[in-house]
Amino acid sequence: MSQDDGIINDFLKQDYQYSWETLIESHSFPPGLNEDTVRAISKKKKEPEFLLKWRLQALAKWQTLKEPHWLAGHYDPIDYQALSYYSAPKSLENAPKSLEEVDPILLETYEKLGIPLHERAALAGVAVDAVFDSVSIGTTFRETLRSAGVIFCSFAEAVHEVPHLIEQYLGTVVPIGDNFFAALNAAVFSDGSFCYIPPGVRCPMELSTYFRINAMNTGQFERTLIIADRDSTVSYLEGCSAPRRDQHQLHAAVVELVALEGATIKYSTVQNWYPGDRDGRGGVLNFVTKRGLCAGDRSKITWTQLETGSAVTWKYPSVILKGNRSIGEFYSVAVTKDRQQADTGTKMIHLGKNTRSKIISKGISAGHSSNAYRGLVRVGPRAEHARNFTQCDSLIIGKNARADTYPTVKSTNHTAHIEHEASTSRISEEQLFYLAQRGVDQETALSMIVTGFCKEVVKELPLEFAVEAQKLLQVTLEGSVG
Amino acid sequence: MLDLKDFTVKIGENTVISKMNLCIPEGQLHIIMGPNGSGKSTLTQAIAGNPAYVAEGHLSYRGHDLTLLSPQERAHLGIFVAFQNPVVIPGVSLITFLKTIVNAHRKARGEETLDAADFLTQARNCAELVGLDESFLYRNCHEGFSGGEKKRAELLQILLLEPSFIILDETDSGLDRDAFTLLVELINRLRNQNRTWLVITHYDHFLEALQPDCVHVLWKGMLIEQGSPHAVKEQLRVGGYQGLASRKGVLES
Repeated sequence: MSQDDGIINDFLKQDYQYSWETLIESHSFPPGLNEDTVRAISKKKKEPEFLLKWRLQALAKWQTLKEPHWLAGHYDPIDYQALSYYSAPKSLENAPKSLEEVDPILLETYEKLGIPLHERAALAGVAVDAVFDSVSIGTTFRETLRSAGVIFCSFAEAVHEVPHLIEQYLGTVVPIGDNFFAALNAAVFSDGSFCYIPPGVRCPMELSTYFRINAMNTGQFERTLIIADRDSTVSYLEGCSAPRRDQHQLHAAVVELVALEGATIKYSTVQNWYPGDRDGRGGVLNFVTKRGLCAGDRSKITWTQLETGSAVTWKYPSVILKGNRSIGEFYSVAVTKDRQQADTGTKMIHLGKNTRSKIISKGISAGHSSNAYRGLVRVGPRAEHARNFTQCDSLIIGKNARADTYPTVKSTNHTAHIEHEASTSRISEEQLFYLAQRGVDQETALSMIVTGFCKEVVKELPLEFAVEAQKLLQVTLEGSVG
Repeated sequence: MLDLKDFTVKIGENTVISKMNLCIPEGQLHIIMGPNGSGKSTLTQAIAGNPAYVAEGHLSYRGHDLTLLSPQERAHLGIFVAFQNPVVIPGVSLITFLKTIVNAHRKARGEETLDAADFLTQARNCAELVGLDESFLYRNCHEGFSGGEKKRAELLQILLLEPSFIILDETDSGLDRDAFTLLVELINRLRNQNRTWLVITHYDHFLEALQPDCVHVLWKGMLIEQGSPHAVKEQLRVGGYQGLASRKGVLES
């Protein structure tokens, strides 16, 4: 065994640090999915008729679709009748009016995750919506935001407070029949975050949602909708984790972003779901549909993601560039180790004139993991002078990991300008030896190499989280050199 | 003092250095010369502890058995190798890299790590001494550096780390006149009774400029001659390395 293998083996010894479980009495629906389940969820949420109808349409559509298995990343077919589609802590049955009324054990859970929900302890400048299993347990800084005209609350609350916005925008970016998991989400989603920024407003704080799956054998299906009205600006961050389970947990979320004329949405994700054990037992199946619509001219949507968790990740945060001169950006770092499988990338759909998109993807694979970039750049016939720049870099640690890239370009407009760069590199023994000769321990050496590799992406994360992200990268790869 | 006894180095099945005996007393500067493929770089890598090379026999520095120590631990004892081809680390600026290695050594000595401002001043001064423009500090570590710039960057590290045992692996190769003069000046300035040197070179003019305490000739993994610079030059005057090997009766071994 070479030195390199030894190093990698040590890396694999690092354990997931959010694997503990919150012991709390929950109310869960019995397993199974049919019309009654959907009606029960809708009733539980006291939803208006239009939403129930929409859900039922989605269910009918879902029943005609087939579970996809064509992407990189193997998983056994899921028994959808064995899953529970709703789970909420009993103490939240009668929605608490404020965070003060929330069961302390839930507040402790988030405290332990590093997300204090008491406003005086909370991270300054960041408003948080905390989602626990199927429900939101509370949102911080609501009053501060409200005075700026910003609505930031759980999806369930938004359904009651601004039903017209929900009816107007829900499903307009990701239609109910978009794909298997999006249809499933539309039928059974239980909560998520909602955000509306009024015209001309620059949102005064970072907005953030933290998702935690706790209950066993429960799928998590949250739905997020962000609407940035004309000339407004918002930056939003999503974080997540889950306890250790031997069974796979299904996470099928949908995120829809709408940017009207001149609006800017920056959506960042730090994804750290439970990745399963070293042999690939358990872990979250992260099948997420994320899409943004640059509806108006000069609008801009930026996706930034740091993906370190989940057993299988399929995720392609995309931008539809409908408005003229609109801009779509995708910055991604995906780290896989052990038996993790990630198939992630983006789609940039250029419809408007002079639209621009930029894709920077960094994949790091270690252990026996596989990490694929899959991307599509499509330029429509009316997208005169559309421009795209794509850069995909892969870094492989050890001898058993793999990296693949599947970039696709479809252009029906000869004025389009599309550039693509790609590289694959290995952390070489030469690099590690050189740094060791300079007295640098191997943890620090690896961390330095990885940090350098990811620099272009991490600098796109909101300042408050860039440091956190850096730490997460280090913890994730800790022990990869020994 | 660096001490090798019956020191053998293998790469796979090939014996590259065989039963070498070499002693470099504290404060001295020794030169090793030899033709291409004689094992000079292998010797360097083995002393530094590169795991790709399997070493047997005795290897110690200041009484520490190096064979028991990792490359990093050897570095912390003050052993430094100026490589011919320092690695590129994409996305990491030279200044970040330098700060990391300096702090790694400080940490190993139980000292406080330097803050950014103090370090920057020091790095700028040292860069000036080795003739490297300050802008290089903010460029990616070694990326796109010319041969001469890489060597200056290695010398910069010597100034910052102040190692007690320095191996220069053909640091003089490919330098222009001015850079060569600067290299010789730097080495001579850094020489003192507590610092020991092993310099690997192909060229006589380096030998003359440095006035080493001893010169060794390496031939197919064996030291076949040692002596004063003058004596060794005389030996090599007739027939070069091959002639010397022939007279020593090791030409065919």
